[in-house]
Amino acid sequence: MARLGDMVEKVRSKNAGPFVLTVDIFCGDPQVFKAVSAGLKTESVSKLFGAETQLVKRFDITDLNVVKFSFPRPQVQGARTDRDMHGASYGALLADLQI
Amino acid sequence: MVRVLIPSGALGLGYDKKALEKGIASKPDVIAIDGGSTDSGPHYLGTGTSKYSRTSTKVEWQGLMQARERAGVPLVLGTAGTCGADSSVDWLLDLTREIARETGQSVKVAVLKSNQPTDRVVDALVAGDITALSSAPEISSELLENCTNIVALAGAEQIQAALATGADIVIAGRTTDTAIIAALPLVKGCHAGAAWHGAKIGECGALCATNPQSGVILVDFDEEGFTVTPMAENSVATPHTVSAHMLYENSDPYILLEPGGHLDVRTATYQALDNKRVRVVGSKWVPSKHYTVKLEAARCVGFQTILLCLLRDPRYVENVDIWCDDILTKCRAKVQDRLGSDAGEFEIELRLIGKSGALGVLETSSSQASELGVLGIVTAQSEALANEIAKMLNPYLLHHPLSKEEEQPTFAFPFSPAEIQRGEIYEFCLNHVMKLQHPMDAFDLTVVDLGNG
Repeated sequence: MARLGDMVEKVRSKNAGPFVLTVDIFCGDPQVFKAVSAGLKTESVSKLFGAETQLVKRFDITDLNVVKFSFPRPQVQGARTDRDMHGASYGALLADLQI
Repeated sequence: MVRVLIPSGALGLGYDKKALEKGIASKPDVIAIDGGSTDSGPHYLGTGTSKYSRTSTKVEWQGLMQARERAGVPLVLGTAGTCGADSSVDWLLDLTREIARETGQSVKVAVLKSNQPTDRVVDALVAGDITALSSAPEISSELLENCTNIVALAGAEQIQAALATGADIVIAGRTTDTAIIAALPLVKGCHAGAAWHGAKIGECGALCATNPQSGVILVDFDEEGFTVTPMAENSVATPHTVSAHMLYENSDPYILLEPGGHLDVRTATYQALDNKRVRVVGSKWVPSKHYTVKLEAARCVGFQTILLCLLRDPRYVENVDIWCDDILTKCRAKVQDRLGSDAGEFEIELRLIGKSGALGVLETSSSQASELGVLGIVTAQSEALANEIAKMLNPYLLHHPLSKEEEQPTFAFPFSPAEIQRGEIYEFCLNHVMKLQHPMDAFDLTVVDLGNG
Protein backbone atom coordinates (compact mmCIF):
# COMPACT_ATOMS: atom_id res chain seq x y z
CA MET A 1 0.00 0.00 0.00
CA ALA A 2 1.18 3.49 -0.80
CA ARG A 3 -0.31 6.95 -0.65
CA LEU A 4 -1.60 7.85 -4.14
CA GLY A 5 -0.25 11.40 -3.94
CA ASP A 6 3.26 10.06 -3.24
CA MET A 7 3.14 7.72 -6.24
CA VAL A 8 2.06 10.22 -8.91
CA GLU A 9 3.06 13.67 -10.23
CA LYS A 10 -0.19 15.41 -9.37
CA VAL A 11 -3.81 14.88 -8.46
CA ARG A 12 -6.03 17.74 -9.69
CA SER A 13 -9.73 18.34 -9.12
CA LYS A 14 -11.82 20.96 -10.92
CA ASN A 15 -15.43 21.83 -11.60
CA ALA A 16 -16.71 20.65 -14.98
CA GLY A 17 -19.58 23.11 -14.67
CA PRO A 18 -21.46 23.56 -11.37
CA PHE A 19 -22.89 20.04 -11.16
CA VAL A 20 -20.00 17.74 -12.05
CA LEU A 21 -16.56 17.29 -10.52
CA THR A 22 -13.64 16.01 -12.58
CA VAL A 23 -10.44 14.64 -11.09
CA ASP A 24 -7.24 14.05 -13.10
CA ILE A 25 -4.42 11.87 -11.79
CA PHE A 26 -1.22 12.74 -13.65
CA CYS A 27 0.88 9.60 -13.16
CA GLY A 28 3.98 10.94 -14.92
CA ASP A 29 5.15 7.71 -16.53
CA PRO A 30 3.77 4.44 -17.95
CA GLN A 31 4.87 2.27 -14.98
CA VAL A 32 3.11 4.44 -12.40
CA PHE A 33 0.10 4.73 -14.73
CA LYS A 34 -0.13 0.93 -14.93
CA ALA A 35 0.12 0.60 -11.15
CA VAL A 36 -2.52 3.26 -10.52
CA SER A 37 -4.80 1.92 -13.25
CA ALA A 38 -4.70 -1.53 -11.67
CA GLY A 39 -4.52 -0.55 -8.01
CA LEU A 40 -7.12 2.23 -7.82
CA LYS A 41 -10.62 0.79 -7.78
CA THR A 42 -13.52 2.91 -8.99
CA GLU A 43 -15.49 1.79 -5.91
CA SER A 44 -12.82 3.30 -3.65
CA VAL A 45 -13.21 6.62 -5.45
CA SER A 46 -17.00 6.58 -5.36
CA LYS A 47 -16.96 5.71 -1.66
CA LEU A 48 -14.46 8.47 -0.90
CA PHE A 49 -16.66 11.12 -2.53
CA GLY A 50 -20.03 9.70 -1.58
CA ALA A 51 -20.98 9.20 -5.22
CA GLU A 52 -23.01 6.35 -6.71
CA THR A 53 -20.53 4.04 -8.44
CA GLN A 54 -22.64 3.74 -11.60
CA LEU A 55 -22.60 7.53 -11.97
CA VAL A 56 -18.81 7.68 -11.86
CA LYS A 57 -17.18 7.98 -15.30
CA ARG A 58 -13.64 6.62 -15.45
CA PHE A 59 -11.03 7.11 -18.18
CA ASP A 60 -7.64 5.35 -18.16
CA ILE A 61 -5.77 7.38 -20.79
CA THR A 62 -2.62 5.52 -21.82
CA ASP A 63 -1.40 8.23 -24.20
CA LEU A 64 -1.24 10.76 -21.37
CA ASN A 65 -0.52 8.49 -18.36
CA VAL A 66 -3.61 10.00 -16.79
CA VAL A 67 -6.49 8.38 -14.93
CA LYS A 68 -9.59 10.59 -14.92
CA PHE A 69 -12.80 10.37 -12.90
CA SER A 70 -15.91 12.49 -13.37
CA PHE A 71 -18.96 12.27 -11.11
CA PRO A 72 -21.83 14.32 -9.70
CA ARG A 73 -20.33 17.03 -7.51
CA PRO A 74 -20.61 16.01 -3.83
CA GLN A 75 -22.23 19.42 -3.26
CA VAL A 76 -23.51 21.55 -6.13
CA GLN A 77 -21.03 24.39 -6.66
CA GLY A 78 -21.97 27.43 -4.62
CA ALA A 79 -24.84 25.76 -2.79
CA ARG A 80 -25.25 26.78 0.84
CA THR A 81 -23.55 23.54 1.89
CA ASP A 82 -20.67 23.81 -0.61
CA ARG A 83 -17.33 24.50 1.09
CA ASP A 84 -15.09 24.76 -1.95
CA MET A 85 -16.24 27.01 -4.80
CA HIS A 86 -13.64 25.85 -7.28
CA GLY A 87 -13.68 22.16 -6.37
CA ALA A 88 -9.99 22.32 -5.64
CA SER A 89 -9.71 20.40 -2.39
CA TYR A 90 -11.23 17.12 -3.57
CA GLY A 91 -7.96 16.32 -5.32
CA ALA A 92 -6.13 16.51 -1.99
CA LEU A 93 -8.60 14.06 -0.50
CA LEU A 94 -7.96 11.56 -3.28
CA ALA A 95 -4.20 12.08 -3.01
CA ASP A 96 -4.38 10.87 0.61
CA LEU A 97 -5.93 7.56 -0.43
CA GLN A 98 -3.85 4.46 0.23
CA ILE A 99 -3.76 2.09 -2.76
CA MET B 1 -6.57 29.07 -43.59
CA VAL B 2 -8.05 31.08 -40.73
CA ARG B 3 -5.73 32.42 -38.08
CA VAL B 4 -7.19 33.15 -34.63
CA LEU B 5 -5.25 35.12 -32.03
CA ILE B 6 -6.15 34.38 -28.41
CA PRO B 7 -4.53 36.87 -26.01
CA SER B 8 -5.43 34.99 -22.83
CA GLY B 9 -7.82 32.54 -21.24
CA ALA B 10 -9.89 35.34 -19.74
CA LEU B 11 -10.15 39.13 -19.93
CA GLY B 12 -9.00 40.25 -16.50
CA LEU B 13 -6.21 37.68 -16.11
CA GLY B 14 -3.67 39.67 -18.10
CA TYR B 15 -1.51 38.85 -21.14
CA ASP B 16 2.13 39.19 -22.10
CA LYS B 17 2.39 42.42 -24.16
CA LYS B 18 5.39 41.28 -26.19
CA ALA B 19 3.62 38.05 -27.05
CA LEU B 20 0.52 40.00 -28.10
CA GLU B 21 2.64 42.17 -30.41
CA LYS B 22 4.11 39.04 -31.97
CA GLY B 23 0.58 37.72 -32.42
CA ILE B 24 -0.55 40.91 -34.17
CA ALA B 25 2.52 40.84 -36.41
CA SER B 26 1.49 37.32 -37.51
CA LYS B 27 -1.57 38.84 -39.22
CA PRO B 28 -4.48 37.07 -37.53
CA ASP B 29 -7.96 37.06 -39.10
CA VAL B 30 -9.72 37.59 -35.77
CA ILE B 31 -8.85 38.21 -32.12
CA ALA B 32 -10.97 36.20 -29.67
CA ILE B 33 -11.04 36.28 -25.87
CA ASP B 34 -13.32 34.79 -23.25
CA GLY B 35 -14.75 36.99 -20.49
CA GLY B 36 -15.81 34.47 -17.85
CA SER B 37 -17.24 31.16 -16.72
CA THR B 38 -19.31 29.63 -13.90
CA ASP B 39 -16.13 28.65 -12.08
CA SER B 40 -16.33 31.51 -9.57
CA GLY B 41 -19.77 30.54 -8.44
CA PRO B 42 -23.40 31.64 -8.68
CA HIS B 43 -23.06 35.13 -7.20
CA TYR B 44 -21.96 36.71 -10.47
CA LEU B 45 -24.82 35.31 -12.55
CA GLY B 46 -27.21 35.92 -9.66
CA THR B 47 -26.31 39.60 -9.50
CA GLY B 48 -25.28 40.07 -13.14
CA THR B 49 -21.89 41.48 -12.11
CA SER B 50 -18.23 40.95 -12.94
CA LYS B 51 -15.63 39.21 -10.83
CA TYR B 52 -12.64 41.10 -12.18
CA SER B 53 -11.79 44.63 -11.21
CA ARG B 54 -13.11 47.34 -13.50
CA THR B 55 -9.65 48.89 -13.66
CA SER B 56 -7.93 45.66 -14.74
CA THR B 57 -10.66 44.92 -17.25
CA LYS B 58 -10.45 48.41 -18.72
CA VAL B 59 -6.67 48.41 -19.02
CA GLU B 60 -6.65 45.01 -20.70
CA TRP B 61 -9.63 45.73 -22.95
CA GLN B 62 -8.07 49.00 -24.03
CA GLY B 63 -4.88 47.13 -24.98
CA LEU B 64 -6.94 44.74 -27.07
CA MET B 65 -8.97 47.51 -28.69
CA GLN B 66 -5.72 49.18 -29.70
CA ALA B 67 -4.29 45.90 -30.98
CA ARG B 68 -7.49 45.36 -32.95
CA GLU B 69 -7.17 48.74 -34.58
CA ARG B 70 -3.59 48.02 -35.64
CA ALA B 71 -4.49 44.55 -36.90
CA GLY B 72 -7.60 45.76 -38.74
CA VAL B 73 -9.55 42.61 -37.85
CA PRO B 74 -12.58 41.92 -35.62
CA LEU B 75 -12.19 41.58 -31.83
CA VAL B 76 -14.62 39.11 -30.25
CA LEU B 77 -15.38 38.83 -26.53
CA GLY B 78 -17.63 36.07 -25.22
CA THR B 79 -19.32 35.80 -21.79
CA ALA B 80 -18.72 39.47 -21.05
CA GLY B 81 -18.29 40.47 -17.41
CA THR B 82 -17.79 36.96 -15.97
CA CYS B 83 -21.39 35.77 -16.21
CA GLY B 84 -22.53 37.00 -19.63
CA ALA B 85 -25.80 38.41 -18.30
CA ASP B 86 -27.31 41.45 -20.06
CA SER B 87 -26.19 43.77 -17.25
CA SER B 88 -22.58 42.67 -17.60
CA VAL B 89 -22.72 43.03 -21.38
CA ASP B 90 -23.91 46.61 -20.80
CA TRP B 91 -21.05 47.07 -18.31
CA LEU B 92 -18.49 46.01 -20.91
CA LEU B 93 -20.17 48.15 -23.55
CA ASP B 94 -19.86 51.17 -21.22
CA LEU B 95 -16.16 50.45 -20.79
CA THR B 96 -15.82 50.22 -24.57
CA ARG B 97 -17.62 53.54 -25.01
CA GLU B 98 -15.30 55.19 -22.44
CA ILE B 99 -12.19 53.81 -24.09
CA ALA B 100 -13.36 54.81 -27.58
CA ARG B 101 -13.97 58.34 -26.37
CA GLU B 102 -10.68 58.57 -24.48
CA THR B 103 -8.55 57.15 -27.28
CA GLY B 104 -10.39 58.80 -30.18
CA GLN B 105 -11.39 55.48 -31.73
CA SER B 106 -14.47 55.09 -33.85
CA VAL B 107 -15.83 51.56 -33.72
CA LYS B 108 -18.87 49.60 -34.83
CA VAL B 109 -19.88 47.17 -32.06
CA ALA B 110 -22.18 44.17 -32.45
CA VAL B 111 -23.86 43.41 -29.13
CA LEU B 112 -25.16 39.87 -28.69
CA LYS B 113 -27.31 39.28 -25.60
CA SER B 114 -28.01 35.90 -24.02
CA ASN B 115 -30.58 36.56 -21.26
CA GLN B 116 -33.79 34.59 -21.51
CA PRO B 117 -37.13 36.13 -20.48
CA THR B 118 -38.75 33.82 -17.94
CA ASP B 119 -41.85 33.33 -20.15
CA ARG B 120 -39.79 31.91 -22.97
CA VAL B 121 -38.21 29.29 -20.74
CA VAL B 122 -41.47 28.45 -18.95
CA ASP B 123 -43.23 28.00 -22.32
CA ALA B 124 -40.39 25.79 -23.50
CA LEU B 125 -40.65 23.74 -20.32
CA VAL B 126 -44.37 23.27 -20.80
CA ALA B 127 -43.88 22.37 -24.48
CA GLY B 128 -41.35 19.68 -23.59
CA ASP B 129 -38.46 21.53 -25.25
CA ILE B 130 -36.28 21.52 -22.14
CA THR B 131 -34.16 18.46 -21.38
CA ALA B 132 -32.21 17.84 -18.20
CA LEU B 133 -28.51 17.03 -18.47
CA SER B 134 -26.90 14.57 -16.05
CA SER B 135 -27.00 15.61 -12.37
CA ALA B 136 -29.51 18.35 -13.16
CA PRO B 137 -31.62 19.77 -10.33
CA GLU B 138 -35.42 19.54 -10.40
CA ILE B 139 -37.08 22.53 -12.01
CA SER B 140 -40.56 23.99 -12.21
CA SER B 141 -42.21 27.14 -13.58
CA GLU B 142 -42.17 28.54 -10.05
CA LEU B 143 -38.44 28.01 -9.69
CA LEU B 144 -37.81 29.66 -13.06
CA GLU B 145 -39.82 32.69 -11.99
CA ASN B 146 -37.52 33.11 -8.99
CA CYS B 147 -34.33 33.21 -11.04
CA THR B 148 -32.66 36.61 -11.22
CA ASN B 149 -30.90 35.79 -14.49
CA ILE B 150 -31.41 32.98 -16.99
CA VAL B 151 -28.93 32.83 -19.87
CA ALA B 152 -28.51 30.57 -22.87
CA LEU B 153 -25.03 29.74 -24.09
CA ALA B 154 -24.50 31.05 -27.61
CA GLY B 155 -22.64 28.89 -30.09
CA ALA B 156 -20.84 29.47 -33.39
CA GLU B 157 -24.00 30.41 -35.30
CA GLN B 158 -24.79 33.38 -33.09
CA ILE B 159 -21.20 34.67 -33.16
CA GLN B 160 -21.24 34.27 -36.94
CA ALA B 161 -24.38 36.41 -37.11
CA ALA B 162 -22.60 39.07 -35.06
CA LEU B 163 -19.51 38.95 -37.29
CA ALA B 164 -21.69 39.15 -40.39
CA THR B 165 -22.79 42.66 -39.38
CA GLY B 166 -19.29 43.79 -40.30
CA ALA B 167 -18.67 44.97 -36.76
CA ASP B 168 -15.17 45.86 -35.54
CA ILE B 169 -15.92 44.51 -32.08
CA VAL B 170 -18.35 41.79 -30.95
CA ILE B 171 -19.38 41.91 -27.31
CA ALA B 172 -21.33 38.79 -26.51
CA GLY B 173 -23.21 37.68 -23.44
CA ARG B 174 -22.94 34.08 -22.32
CA THR B 175 -21.33 31.92 -24.98
CA THR B 176 -19.64 28.56 -24.93
CA ASP B 177 -15.89 29.10 -24.50
CA THR B 178 -15.24 27.54 -27.87
CA ALA B 179 -17.81 29.36 -30.01
CA ILE B 180 -15.94 32.66 -30.15
CA ILE B 181 -12.90 30.88 -31.62
CA ALA B 182 -14.67 28.31 -33.84
CA ALA B 183 -17.12 30.76 -35.44
CA LEU B 184 -14.92 32.30 -38.14
CA PRO B 185 -13.09 29.09 -39.15
CA LEU B 186 -16.43 27.33 -39.54
CA VAL B 187 -18.01 30.02 -41.69
CA LYS B 188 -14.87 30.08 -43.86
CA GLY B 189 -15.17 26.36 -44.55
CA CYS B 190 -12.43 24.98 -42.32
CA HIS B 191 -12.66 21.38 -41.11
CA ALA B 192 -15.50 21.37 -38.56
CA GLY B 193 -13.89 18.88 -36.15
CA ALA B 194 -10.68 20.90 -36.24
CA ALA B 195 -12.59 24.15 -35.69
CA TRP B 196 -14.21 22.93 -32.49
CA HIS B 197 -11.20 20.99 -31.21
CA GLY B 198 -8.81 23.84 -31.90
CA ALA B 199 -11.25 26.16 -30.19
CA LYS B 200 -11.34 23.94 -27.10
CA ILE B 201 -7.55 23.78 -27.00
CA GLY B 202 -7.25 27.52 -27.54
CA GLU B 203 -9.96 28.81 -25.21
CA CYS B 204 -7.70 29.00 -22.17
CA GLY B 205 -4.88 30.65 -24.08
CA ALA B 206 -1.46 29.31 -23.22
CA LEU B 207 -2.81 26.78 -20.68
CA CYS B 208 -2.37 24.25 -23.52
CA ALA B 209 1.38 24.99 -23.56
CA THR B 210 4.29 25.43 -21.18
CA ASN B 211 4.52 28.70 -19.23
CA PRO B 212 0.72 28.95 -19.17
CA GLN B 213 0.60 32.38 -17.55
CA SER B 214 2.06 34.00 -20.68
CA GLY B 215 -1.45 33.79 -22.15
CA VAL B 216 -1.07 34.52 -25.85
CA ILE B 217 -1.48 31.83 -28.52
CA LEU B 218 -2.25 31.56 -32.21
CA VAL B 219 -4.43 28.80 -33.64
CA ASP B 220 -4.42 28.22 -37.40
CA PHE B 221 -7.41 26.36 -38.86
CA ASP B 222 -7.54 24.75 -42.34
CA GLU B 223 -9.48 22.13 -44.31
CA GLU B 224 -7.80 19.22 -42.55
CA GLY B 225 -6.79 20.22 -39.02
CA PHE B 226 -5.39 22.95 -36.80
CA THR B 227 -1.98 24.13 -35.59
CA VAL B 228 -1.21 25.68 -32.21
CA THR B 229 1.60 28.20 -31.72
CA PRO B 230 2.25 29.89 -28.35
CA MET B 231 3.45 33.47 -28.84
CA ALA B 232 5.60 33.99 -25.75
CA GLU B 233 9.35 33.36 -26.12
CA ASN B 234 9.50 30.80 -23.34
CA SER B 235 6.26 28.97 -24.09
CA VAL B 236 6.06 25.83 -26.24
CA ALA B 237 3.22 23.55 -27.26
CA THR B 238 3.93 19.83 -27.30
CA PRO B 239 1.70 16.92 -28.31
CA HIS B 240 1.42 16.18 -24.60
CA THR B 241 0.45 19.67 -23.46
CA VAL B 242 -2.08 20.02 -26.28
CA SER B 243 -3.74 16.63 -25.89
CA ALA B 244 -3.78 17.00 -22.09
CA HIS B 245 -5.80 20.19 -22.35
CA MET B 246 -8.95 18.25 -23.21
CA LEU B 247 -8.88 17.08 -19.57
CA TYR B 248 -9.22 20.60 -18.25
CA GLU B 249 -12.58 21.33 -16.59
CA ASN B 250 -14.17 18.70 -18.82
CA SER B 251 -16.07 15.66 -17.57
CA ASP B 252 -15.24 13.59 -20.68
CA PRO B 253 -11.82 14.07 -22.32
CA TYR B 254 -13.02 12.81 -25.71
CA ILE B 255 -16.54 14.21 -26.21
CA LEU B 256 -17.58 17.84 -25.91
CA LEU B 257 -21.21 18.96 -26.29
CA GLU B 258 -21.80 22.21 -28.15
CA PRO B 259 -24.87 23.92 -29.58
CA GLY B 260 -25.82 21.94 -32.67
CA GLY B 261 -23.79 18.81 -32.01
CA HIS B 262 -20.71 17.41 -30.35
CA LEU B 263 -16.96 17.16 -30.81
CA ASP B 264 -15.32 13.71 -30.77
CA VAL B 265 -11.53 13.70 -30.48
CA ARG B 266 -10.96 9.96 -30.07
CA THR B 267 -9.31 9.67 -33.49
CA ALA B 268 -7.30 12.89 -33.23
CA THR B 269 -3.53 12.68 -33.67
CA TYR B 270 -1.04 15.19 -32.31
CA GLN B 271 2.20 15.93 -34.11
CA ALA B 272 5.07 18.21 -33.12
CA LEU B 273 5.88 20.32 -36.19
CA ASP B 274 8.96 21.70 -34.47
CA ASN B 275 9.95 22.39 -30.88
CA LYS B 276 7.18 24.98 -30.44
CA ARG B 277 4.16 24.11 -32.61
CA VAL B 278 1.70 21.22 -32.66
CA ARG B 279 -0.55 20.10 -35.48
CA VAL B 280 -3.74 18.13 -34.85
CA VAL B 281 -5.85 16.23 -37.40
CA GLY B 282 -8.56 13.61 -37.11
CA SER B 283 -11.08 15.32 -34.82
CA LYS B 284 -14.76 14.84 -35.69
CA TRP B 285 -17.78 17.14 -35.48
CA VAL B 286 -21.06 15.25 -35.14
CA PRO B 287 -24.14 17.42 -35.77
CA SER B 288 -27.15 16.68 -33.57
CA LYS B 289 -30.68 16.04 -34.78
CA HIS B 290 -32.06 19.07 -32.94
CA TYR B 291 -30.36 22.40 -32.25
CA THR B 292 -30.17 22.94 -28.51
CA VAL B 293 -28.53 25.53 -26.30
CA LYS B 294 -27.48 25.04 -22.70
CA LEU B 295 -29.19 27.15 -20.05
CA GLU B 296 -27.71 28.56 -16.85
CA ALA B 297 -29.61 30.35 -14.14
CA ALA B 298 -29.18 31.57 -10.58
CA ARG B 299 -31.64 32.51 -7.88
CA CYS B 300 -31.42 34.05 -4.43
CA VAL B 301 -31.93 31.44 -1.72
CA GLY B 302 -31.51 33.59 1.36
CA PHE B 303 -29.27 36.00 3.22
CA GLN B 304 -26.18 35.16 5.23
CA THR B 305 -24.35 36.68 8.12
CA ILE B 306 -21.15 35.05 9.36
CA LEU B 307 -18.90 35.16 12.42
CA LEU B 308 -15.40 33.82 12.89
CA CYS B 309 -13.96 32.87 16.25
CA LEU B 310 -10.65 31.17 17.05
CA LEU B 311 -10.13 28.37 19.58
CA ARG B 312 -6.58 28.17 20.94
CA ASP B 313 -7.27 26.38 24.22
CA PRO B 314 -6.24 22.72 23.71
CA ARG B 315 -9.18 21.33 25.69
CA TYR B 316 -11.63 23.22 23.51
CA VAL B 317 -9.84 22.25 20.33
CA GLU B 318 -10.00 18.60 21.39
CA ASN B 319 -13.68 18.78 22.37
CA VAL B 320 -14.85 21.09 19.62
CA ASP B 321 -17.52 18.71 18.29
CA ILE B 322 -19.27 18.47 21.68
CA TRP B 323 -18.92 22.22 22.15
CA CYS B 324 -20.46 22.97 18.75
CA ASP B 325 -23.33 20.50 19.15
CA ASP B 326 -24.22 22.07 22.46
CA ILE B 327 -24.06 25.59 21.05
CA LEU B 328 -26.28 24.66 18.13
CA THR B 329 -28.89 23.12 20.39
CA LYS B 330 -28.95 26.05 22.78
CA CYS B 331 -28.78 28.77 20.14
CA ARG B 332 -31.58 27.27 18.06
CA ALA B 333 -33.69 27.07 21.21
CA LYS B 334 -32.91 30.71 21.96
CA VAL B 335 -33.95 31.77 18.45
CA GLN B 336 -37.16 29.80 18.84
CA ASP B 337 -37.76 31.40 22.23
CA ARG B 338 -36.99 34.99 21.17
CA LEU B 339 -38.42 34.98 17.64
CA GLY B 340 -40.74 32.02 17.38
CA SER B 341 -42.23 31.70 13.91
CA ASP B 342 -40.98 35.19 13.04
CA ALA B 343 -37.58 33.64 12.54
CA GLY B 344 -38.85 31.95 9.40
CA GLU B 345 -36.70 29.29 7.82
CA PHE B 346 -33.13 29.57 9.05
CA GLU B 347 -29.95 27.54 9.33
CA ILE B 348 -26.99 27.85 11.67
CA GLU B 349 -23.81 26.05 10.71
CA LEU B 350 -20.53 25.90 12.62
CA ARG B 351 -17.80 25.07 10.15
CA LEU B 352 -14.43 24.02 11.53
CA ILE B 353 -11.48 25.63 9.78
CA GLY B 354 -8.38 23.54 10.43
CA LYS B 355 -10.33 20.33 10.80
CA SER B 356 -12.97 19.85 8.10
CA GLY B 357 -13.40 23.29 6.60
CA ALA B 358 -12.73 22.30 2.99
CA LEU B 359 -14.15 18.78 2.92
CA GLY B 360 -16.74 18.47 5.70
CA VAL B 361 -17.89 14.88 6.30
CA LEU B 362 -15.65 13.62 3.46
CA GLU B 363 -12.47 14.54 5.36
CA THR B 364 -10.31 11.48 6.10
CA SER B 365 -7.40 13.15 7.87
CA SER B 366 -7.48 13.18 11.66
CA SER B 367 -4.42 15.28 12.39
CA GLN B 368 -5.00 17.83 15.11
CA ALA B 369 -4.15 21.50 14.73
CA SER B 370 -3.22 23.60 17.77
CA GLU B 371 -5.81 26.18 16.77
CA LEU B 372 -9.19 25.96 15.10
CA GLY B 373 -11.32 28.57 13.38
CA VAL B 374 -15.04 28.25 14.01
CA LEU B 375 -16.91 29.86 11.15
CA GLY B 376 -20.50 30.50 12.18
CA ILE B 377 -22.76 30.73 9.13
CA VAL B 378 -26.30 31.97 9.62
CA THR B 379 -28.70 31.71 6.68
CA ALA B 380 -32.14 33.31 6.92
CA GLN B 381 -34.86 34.76 4.69
CA SER B 382 -33.90 38.42 5.19
CA GLU B 383 -30.77 40.40 5.97
CA ALA B 384 -32.33 41.64 9.21
CA LEU B 385 -33.12 38.13 10.38
CA ALA B 386 -29.68 36.80 9.42
CA ASN B 387 -28.14 39.60 11.51
CA GLU B 388 -30.47 39.04 14.47
CA ILE B 389 -29.75 35.34 14.60
CA ALA B 390 -26.01 35.94 14.17
CA LYS B 391 -26.16 38.36 17.13
CA MET B 392 -27.83 35.63 19.17
CA LEU B 393 -25.08 33.19 18.19
CA ASN B 394 -22.27 35.57 19.13
CA PRO B 395 -22.39 35.17 22.93
CA TYR B 396 -22.19 31.39 22.63
CA LEU B 397 -19.09 31.54 20.43
CA LEU B 398 -17.57 34.03 22.84
CA HIS B 399 -18.24 32.37 26.22
CA HIS B 400 -19.89 28.95 25.97
CA PRO B 401 -18.29 26.54 28.50
CA LEU B 402 -17.83 22.78 28.12
CA SER B 403 -19.09 22.31 31.65
CA LYS B 404 -21.30 24.34 33.95
CA GLU B 405 -18.79 24.21 36.81
CA GLU B 406 -15.78 25.80 35.13
CA GLU B 407 -14.95 29.48 35.05
CA GLN B 408 -16.45 31.21 32.01
CA PRO B 409 -14.06 30.93 29.05
CA THR B 410 -13.45 33.58 26.41
CA PHE B 411 -12.44 32.95 22.80
CA ALA B 412 -10.67 34.99 20.16
CA PHE B 413 -12.50 37.16 17.63
CA PRO B 414 -10.60 38.91 14.84
CA PHE B 415 -13.20 41.63 14.27
CA SER B 416 -15.56 44.14 15.82
CA PRO B 417 -18.38 43.94 14.99
CA ALA B 418 -18.18 40.18 15.05
CA GLU B 419 -20.96 39.76 12.49
CA ILE B 420 -20.07 40.09 8.81
CA GLN B 421 -22.98 40.49 6.43
CA ARG B 422 -22.72 38.49 3.26
CA GLY B 423 -26.01 39.80 1.90
CA GLU B 424 -27.93 37.75 -0.67
CA ILE B 425 -26.71 34.28 -1.44
CA TYR B 426 -27.39 32.59 -4.76
CA GLU B 427 -27.51 29.09 -6.14
CA PHE B 428 -27.20 27.72 -9.67
CA CYS B 429 -30.48 26.09 -10.59
CA LEU B 430 -30.34 24.87 -14.18
CA ASN B 431 -28.31 22.19 -15.91
CA HIS B 432 -30.59 21.85 -18.90
CA VAL B 433 -30.71 22.38 -22.66
CA MET B 434 -33.47 24.13 -24.61
CA LYS B 435 -34.46 23.15 -28.15
CA LEU B 436 -34.54 25.97 -30.69
CA GLN B 437 -36.05 26.04 -34.18
CA HIS B 438 -33.45 28.57 -35.25
CA PRO B 439 -30.16 29.47 -33.50
CA MET B 440 -31.03 33.16 -33.23
CA ASP B 441 -34.45 32.53 -31.63
CA ALA B 442 -33.02 32.86 -28.12
CA PHE B 443 -30.54 35.68 -28.68
CA ASP B 444 -30.68 39.41 -29.25
CA LEU B 445 -28.31 41.12 -31.71
CA THR B 446 -27.93 44.89 -32.09
CA VAL B 447 -25.24 47.12 -33.60
CA VAL B 448 -23.99 50.39 -32.10
CA ASP B 449 -21.49 52.96 -33.34
CA LEU B 450 -19.17 54.29 -30.65
CA GLY B 451 -16.80 57.25 -30.60
CA ASN B 452 -16.71 60.06 -33.07
CA GLY B 453 -13.40 59.34 -34.74
